[in-house]
Amino acid sequence: MTTPHDAREALMTGRRSDGTAVRRPLSPHLQVYDMMQMSSLSSILTRITGVAWSVGTLLLVWWLVAAASGEDAFAAAQWFMGSILGLLVLFGLTAAAWYHTLAGVRHLLWDWGFGFELPTMYSTGRMVFAGTAVLTVLTWILALIFWG
Amino acid sequence: MNSPAAMRTALGRVRGLGSAKNGTHHWWMQRVTSLALLPLTLWFVVSMIGLAGASYVETLLWIAAPFNAVLLLALIGLTFHHMAAGLQVVLEDYLRPESRRMFAVLAMKAVCALLALASAVAVIRIVAAA
Repeated sequence: MTTPHDAREALMTGRRSDGTAVRRPLSPHLQVYDMMQMSSLSSILTRITGVAWSVGTLLLVWWLVAAASGEDAFAAAQWFMGSILGLLVLFGLTAAAWYHTLAGVRHLLWDWGFGFELPTMYSTGRMVFAGTAVLTVLTWILALIFWG
Repeated sequence: MNSPAAMRTALGRVRGLGSAKNGTHHWWMQRVTSLALLPLTLWFVVSMIGLAGASYVETLLWIAAPFNAVLLLALIGLTFHHMAAGLQVVLEDYLRPESRRMFAVLAMKAVCALLALASAVAVIRIVAAA
């Protein structure tokens, strides 16, 4: 029998009457849920976009440190962010950031005590998805206008 | 018998003790930083759109402007605080055993602190050079 790493494993392992170790069967976990439901989908996407945004902050650090280091370092950062890959990363980051921001506002409203009823939860969830699409496209239309 | 202790509410007796002291601190700070980051991030995105295609010197002058430098430093501090708080919850949810979880949270917080300091020093250096 392997050494338990988790206190919860005490509930998952046992011994047969003859003394041999046995791993008890576990009840179904995530697979019993429809993960495309508004409730679970909007929840896990908040976490995924938060982690993605965390990785994306490396671009902010790179941009600032490069600007402080000198013209060559700054040109390298500018070059990456203007490249096809850089623009794709920035576009994805914009979408993740808008999603996380709007889902965060939804969370703050829940903290305030608003929006717990199922129909409201569904409509605010749809507003977060629609808002992400609209604001991401709007951000890039403005960026391309200013860039051009 | 009307002793002062009997007059105290249950909340009053536990306030400042154990988890009543800081049990909700992590959760509360995540909300506070998120609220502060709403206008700051919006300002940053609008500013970056305005800076698209700007030259090196134009970018330096923008960062060095006192208004922008102060807001950038606030953005850096709050972003990495909020990010560390969020990533901590993610790591705590998925990592076992306890020792690995603790090491990962400490390592992640160290990385966040160093990234925040590197960004802040970069802003301060640009301000000092301008």
